Amino acid sequence: MSQALDTPPAASARPEPPETDLAALAARHGLTVSGARPPLGAYVRQLWGRRHFILAFSQAKLTAQYSKAKLGQLWQVATPLLNAAVYFFIFGLLLGARKGIPSDVYVPFLVTGVFVFTFTQSSVLAGVRAISGNLGLVRALHFPRASLPISFALQQLQQLLFSMIVLVVIMIGFRSYPDASWLLVVPALALQFVFNTGLALIFARMGSKTPDLAQLMPFVLRTWMYASGVMFSIPAMLEDKNVPAWLADVLQWNPAAVYMDLVRFALIDQYDSSYLPPHVWAFALGWAVLAGVVGFVYFWKAEERYGRG
Amino acid sequence: MADTPQDRRPTVVADGVDVVYRVNGTGAGRGTATAALNRMLRRKQTEKASGVRRVHAVRNVSFVAYRGEAIGLIGTNGSGKSTLLKAVAGLLPVENGHIYTDGQPSLLGVNAALMADLTGERNVLLGGLAMGMSREEVKARYQDIVDFSGINEKGDFITLPMRTYSSGMAARLRFSIAAAKDHDVLLVDEALATGDRSFQKRSEARIRELRKHAGTVFLVSHNNKSIRDTCDRVLWLERGELRMDGPTDEVLKEYEKFTGASR
Ligand SMILES: Nc1ncnc2c1ncn2[C@@H]1O[C@H](COP(=O)(O)OP(=O)(O)OP(=O)(O)O)[C@@H](O)[C@H]1O
Ligand SMILES: [Mg+2]
Repeated sequence: MSQALDTPPAASARPEPPETDLAALAARHGLTVSGARPPLGAYVRQLWGRRHFILAFSQAKLTAQYSKAKLGQLWQVATPLLNAAVYFFIFGLLLGARKGIPSDVYVPFLVTGVFVFTFTQSSVLAGVRAISGNLGLVRALHFPRASLPISFALQQLQQLLFSMIVLVVIMIGFRSYPDASWLLVVPALALQFVFNTGLALIFARMGSKTPDLAQLMPFVLRTWMYASGVMFSIPAMLEDKNVPAWLADVLQWNPAAVYMDLVRFALIDQYDSSYLPPHVWAFALGWAVLAGVVGFVYFWKAEERYGRG
Repeated sequence: MADTPQDRRPTVVADGVDVVYRVNGTGAGRGTATAALNRMLRRKQTEKASGVRRVHAVRNVSFVAYRGEAIGLIGTNGSGKSTLLKAVAGLLPVENGHIYTDGQPSLLGVNAALMADLTGERNVLLGGLAMGMSREEVKARYQDIVDFSGINEKGDFITLPMRTYSSGMAARLRFSIAAAKDHDVLLVDEALATGDRSFQKRSEARIRELRKHAGTVFLVSHNNKSIRDTCDRVLWLERGELRMDGPTDEVLKEYEKFTGASR
């Protein structure tokens, strides 16, 4: 079955050698240059054809994650809970970062921030290893490589859903009860998922070339976390500092802060729109589209090179 | 190869292919931190000065493979067989020349672990889906794949993670998964060498079957008997050059003379 891919994109800038017999033979029978990258449209179709693989792979990875631990799948819920407890101990009790936030809001505020940021953080970290950590699979079987980073981002989304169970319990414990505004969580997390997938694609390509990124990224991500207001409110923090008002807006337009604020706004009753920067939904959408499109195209551009070497 | 009937459809065309490896950090003190820093800082140097060595692994190789052929690839260690197959699979860039293929060739190598932390069961399912089979197709063929691999002959191993398999067991499962689909071009690089005799017999039968489904199979092996049993044509590579290309008996006779004499 000859794949009817039309002329592959010029893989190299080298001038074509004079057409010999063999090249003509190959052309006559519709053979294509081995390992050439498919055009973007065909690539998207191939990827869609692998949707069952993408989903099944993410689920398999999710369950395999804790398969070596004695408590098994319990860690799915215990890990985010412990995470939140550590941050509460350090920032809530020891450092008093809850400035400007009433204390019964602070715990839900902090836990939401930790969970939402972790979603992006772990997607990036999984992205870095998506290709470089699965070379055996990439070399043995042929499939559109973008399946891997997308699948890892999907795994983090499923992990987040476990965290959300913990979050709901905490919310109710601190007297934020389910109401219609909770539905806003769905679009907010959907946009964040697209954003995360874009980042995972970008870092998958970079990580396939430079595996050292796996060592470096945790530090970059931690810096990002501290700058995004996971454990403090950005406007409240800047209030008595002598800084122009727009600076708070700019800091709050950082994608991690945007998605955190939206989920907090949706879930926590007292966290009202006065805590949100202007045009926050537009930024949420903009970041998602930007990262998604740029990430996908950037990843596809190197499709023929993954697994080489 | 001179007569090329019109109805024979080529599946792989290699046209004057050269493959060159570039190896970093072969200068003094390679692998140390300072050497690595040096390399990063002086990226724009000429290849030679920055300690990059070139290994010319495949030189000007041309051949045409047709549907329904099983082609053996022989040559002494380091002669470029694995390199050539990787280039055909599109996993290595060619320096000069072109490789044209019909569809996407699948390469089965020795050390291609699929998903080591997942169970054999999951590997079968995910491997099938990754190759583009539907869920129903995988389900329908699941038992065949497991039976063919013989993984469960010694107990319930298919539900254990693949990292717990012996190298022969892993190779068998990998081959069984990849062979479950009818490939246009299947490249087998010593993937059967760790299997025991009964599995080798079964996989040779499967290779013959794949040929019947109008596919092309390349087989690298140091086992001349296995080449003789499965292949009707043999390419002999030596020092990266295509030394002979012809019917199995002729080429093997020359090759055996060569290896016998040089020993
Ligand atoms: N990753 C690599 N980097 C640099 N040189 C390499 C690399 N892989 C192989 N080579 C070189 O390319 C040449 C051909 O190697 P190749 O692995 O293709 O041999 P082979 O015919 O498969 O040998 P064998 O029978 O031992 O498997 C050898 O000289 C080897 O040193
Ligand atoms: Mg080899």
